[in-house]
Amino acid sequence: MILAMFIILAAAALLGYKVISAVPPLLHTPLMSGMNALSGITVIGAIAVFFTAPPGAEGWAAAALILGMINVAGGFWVTERMLRMFKGKAKESEVQEIPWQ
Amino acid sequence: MAVTITLAMLIIVGFLAGIRLMQSPRTALWGNRLGALSMLVAIAWTFVYTGQAILSTALVYIAIGGLIGLILGQSVKMIHMPQTVALLNGLGGAASALVVWAAVISYHGEGAEMLFWGTSGLALGVGALTLSGSIIAVLKLQGLAFRQAVQLKGHGHILRAAILLAVLLVLINMSLPGQYYFQLLPVVALLGLLAGFFMTLRIGGADMPIVISLLNSFSGIAASIAGLAVENVILAGTGALVGVAGMILTRIMCRAMNRSLFSVLAGFTPGKKEAETVPPEEEQSAIDESPAKSKVAEEEAESAVAEGSEDNLPDIINQAQRIIIIPGYGMAVAQAQNAVEQLLDALEGKGKEVKFAIHPVAGRMPGHMNVLLAEAGIDYEKLMDLDAINPQFDHADLAIIVGACDVVNPAANAAEGTPISGMPILNAEKARHVIVCNIDEKPGYSGVDNLLYEQDHVHTFWGDAAETIPQLTGMIGQVS
Repeated sequence: MILAMFIILAAAALLGYKVISAVPPLLHTPLMSGMNALSGITVIGAIAVFFTAPPGAEGWAAAALILGMINVAGGFWVTERMLRMFKGKAKESEVQEIPWQ
Repeated sequence: MAVTITLAMLIIVGFLAGIRLMQSPRTALWGNRLGALSMLVAIAWTFVYTGQAILSTALVYIAIGGLIGLILGQSVKMIHMPQTVALLNGLGGAASALVVWAAVISYHGEGAEMLFWGTSGLALGVGALTLSGSIIAVLKLQGLAFRQAVQLKGHGHILRAAILLAVLLVLINMSLPGQYYFQLLPVVALLGLLAGFFMTLRIGGADMPIVISLLNSFSGIAASIAGLAVENVILAGTGALVGVAGMILTRIMCRAMNRSLFSVLAGFTPGKKEAETVPPEEEQSAIDESPAKSKVAEEEAESAVAEGSEDNLPDIINQAQRIIIIPGYGMAVAQAQNAVEQLLDALEGKGKEVKFAIHPVAGRMPGHMNVLLAEAGIDYEKLMDLDAINPQFDHADLAIIVGACDVVNPAANAAEGTPISGMPILNAEKARHVIVCNIDEKPGYSGVDNLLYEQDHVHTFWGDAAETIPQLTGMIGQVS
């Protein structure tokens, strides 16, 4: 299990390096806020710990769950809002002129 | 077990495919949604895997966090993206530290191995460092405190001592496997907080893109190590993705400023005039608050034409066919991006060809300028990065600089031994005419005087860009 974990970690880092390097500077801010959302993946660790934790540790896991979810929801939503603003020529043509003007 | 590994790989591939779609602005929106879907699957799977009903108390916390996140994501303004990303970096680091602490309290008695103690200690330290470092970054970016780089007595020593001591304590905790974890690990967390505080405190304004990228990376590294500690493959792999992304951006930012990460972190502040970086925001907002701004600007446009006859800006603008606009942090401070959009419309209305030149470190975070201009409604196909736009300055009739200084300073190529020597710049000086719409002639963050201002084909138009740009717009179509 430990070995598999390290292999997957290394593979993710390598593939990530390849894919992320090709993101153009134009989209670096959405990339970062998207990464904020991904770092919220900690919530799955928090859920697992929350359910197995003794009463004393539950509170810490719950706090982690809340903070992680702020990252997940906030990160994805702000990225969505930002990316909606990036408009190219293709979308401009959708804006039709009002015929009676 | 096999199912877990397969599903973990699927989820990580989902995230990777999402990032792959982010390589083009046409597909990026779907990339983000694919990422959100993968996250949803990961969370749902965790409920199934732990054998818990979805309807449990955990759902309450998920709902609370999710709601706060949505409200934050909906209410934040694009101009405040650097602070927002910095804040989320910090929360990510804090969440990882908390998970690890909860795991430590839960599992310390169950014959925990050395790997568990090593990784949990590290995750706690890195998470704490990310949290405090990000809080300082938010305060700086929001202009609430420490806006300038603060260098305390023995600053570097304290920072190094905190990090070394934390590592030492993690090692001690590992070797006595966890006997004194309850005494040692909180100290590690405290030292992490201290290190983050001292690391970020002495970093100044224009170095912020580097620090935000670095903290972004740390938040991922903390999650990845936490994943190793709680033996969660998805967490370890996804954290690594975020860590790598942050490192790539950190490197790009460092290269674009021709500085080493070490010199940035060492708080080496380029130049002598560090106090005079960007204009204080109070001045700007005082000007911004006048409601009848555009009217005033129109009237002023006429007077400016009369005074500035020496440079004859209207002729230059009206005769130019190929125009390149260079925005910088000053445009963001003056909130002049909408004025710039109106200028673009007016210029294109006269059949002129207009492009934007975006330097990688313009603004306070990677891609900051692109987001502001996109928000103002400017077509992203007009936004060109350094390598694409630089050859085009040779054929440009006019370059309009809006609140940018160091990134267009020819001293970077011409002079040796200045803080910006060797830094890749936008070759604005190659354009036939250059109009500089900066707040004043003070040097930028680097403290190096801008050689551009002295050249004959460069026309300076000092003032708040929210006023000077509408004046330029007013000159279009004017016959002198």
